Amino acid sequence: MSPDPAHGQPPGPGPPPAAPLAHGSAPFPGLGPEAHVMVGNADLFVNWARKSSLWYLLFATACCGIELMQAGASRYDMDRFGAVFRATPRQSDLMLVAGTITHKMADRVKRLYDQMPEPKYVISMGSCANTGGPFYKDSYCVVKGVDLLIPVDVYIPGCPPRPEALIDGIMSLQKIIMRKKNYGAKA
Amino acid sequence: MTTRTDALPTQEMTINMGPQHPSTHGVLRVILTTDGEVVTRAVPDVGYLHRALEKIGERVTYAQYMPFTDRLDYLAAMNCNCAWAWTVEKLAKIEVPERAEYLRVIVCELNRISSHLIAFGSYTADMGAFTPFLYAIREREQVNDLFEMLCGNRLTYNYARVGGVSGDAPPGFLEKTREFLDYFEPKLDEYNNLISYNKIFVHRLANVAVIPAEEAVAYGLTGPNLRGSGVPFDLRKDEPYSVYPKFDFKVCVGTGERGTLGDCFDRYMVRINEMRESVKIVRQAVARIPDGPVRAKVPRLFKPPVGETYFRSECPRGETGIYLISDGSVNPFRLKIRTGSFVTMNIFEKVTRGLMIADVVAVIGSFDIILPEIDR
Repeated sequence: MSPDPAHGQPPGPGPPPAAPLAHGSAPFPGLGPEAHVMVGNADLFVNWARKSSLWYLLFATACCGIELMQAGASRYDMDRFGAVFRATPRQSDLMLVAGTITHKMADRVKRLYDQMPEPKYVISMGSCANTGGPFYKDSYCVVKGVDLLIPVDVYIPGCPPRPEALIDGIMSLQKIIMRKKNYGAKA
Repeated sequence: MTTRTDALPTQEMTINMGPQHPSTHGVLRVILTTDGEVVTRAVPDVGYLHRALEKIGERVTYAQYMPFTDRLDYLAAMNCNCAWAWTVEKLAKIEVPERAEYLRVIVCELNRISSHLIAFGSYTADMGAFTPFLYAIREREQVNDLFEMLCGNRLTYNYARVGGVSGDAPPGFLEKTREFLDYFEPKLDEYNNLISYNKIFVHRLANVAVIPAEEAVAYGLTGPNLRGSGVPFDLRKDEPYSVYPKFDFKVCVGTGERGTLGDCFDRYMVRINEMRESVKIVRQAVARIPDGPVRAKVPRLFKPPVGETYFRSECPRGETGIYLISDGSVNPFRLKIRTGSFVTMNIFEKVTRGLMIADVVAVIGSFDIILPEIDR
């Protein structure tokens, strides 16, 4: 494909070829700058697309939910990482468990997780979701870690974690996604 | 109010709203019985965030309970910290240095501003206007910065101590606070221009869920929800504690300026106006704060005398009353917390009858509930 001058496309390199750049190699050796061809590993391309649009389920149960909200708002602006909140599990890729999970809430957590389409990821945000936090010892009604209910990919410590820590957790998850093998022989 | 009792009746449906719902401000579950779009009954189901905060109070010492009060109302952790400190001080008859009381008032009122900012921002987001939320968070981050400077945390501060506060204000804190107030006060007019008097916004709120004054009193509403009905009751004025009598501020009440007295819009406007009064209080406190120690000498493990006490203070969501029984040991014998949000849930079923489903969201937002206060 060559750019059509009638459509006013400026000369120069087209959209950044994602997969080869991820390898750090030169883009399209042997082809001109107008070449709009992407050559690369299918895994890399699919993973790159997945990690760049992590829509998270707005699942704020307790204190961490406020930091989650603030991480998504003005100053920290989590949209930069492709992470925007959705109100329904059916549109979400990522479940951010932000806050204490009580026994009454536990089966709802499981159900919401089951409602999410594959592939799905879980980030456990804050001490309560990790282990039960300050309620571990004396509370009779707090689940001692959300990983007892659903599989967790990334744990973020803190009570509550700062928005920077949350963003670091999202970037860690992006790294995990990039390592994933979807096609071919399993590594 | 949109009541459509004369319309053609349809089959009644029971709809579940929550506990995972973006506009229930946490994990509130509402069981709606609807006739078409009209809600015939809305029953709140609470307890999804019951963390046994009162029971924990019996297991830990008086000083150790302070971090748990942060989690009682995480949007107003400073107010809850101070409420606990004032209660224990009343029980154990501890004198607090005046500078500490001034610092407490400053942080309480700053926290009231940041809490009302979340109430304002999330309410407008619930009503379909997302942009004011970003404005509110922009200002809230600055309060967070001030608190971070003071005690090192952004949300759960653990700043108050029995007998004072954990540390004196660092150099530059009071100047930074003054700068923030100068920056923040004009922003309130910006909010009003931006959204408060927006025609669509007013139409969503005015005349919805009207609570008459005598009904609000009968159901035990407190805080902005009570004042929204036109009852000028504020514990800072009517049952003054700490150094509040030294400050000049007025109690904001609803006026029914866009609809009926006691509707959602009045409750919303009370919060906006209260932020202005809080700015006034902080300004006076910063100007007049005395020098001196910030903490009385209280041993970390102390035994208050046998007895009981009840102390209530004005938190952003109404009064937080703490009832404490001491048996003379290092732990409280019994702890009971009365919170504004829980009491507000009583009237929820009554005011939502006959509303549209979308108005239920407006009612929840106008009450500015927070779930750990309800469930504890």
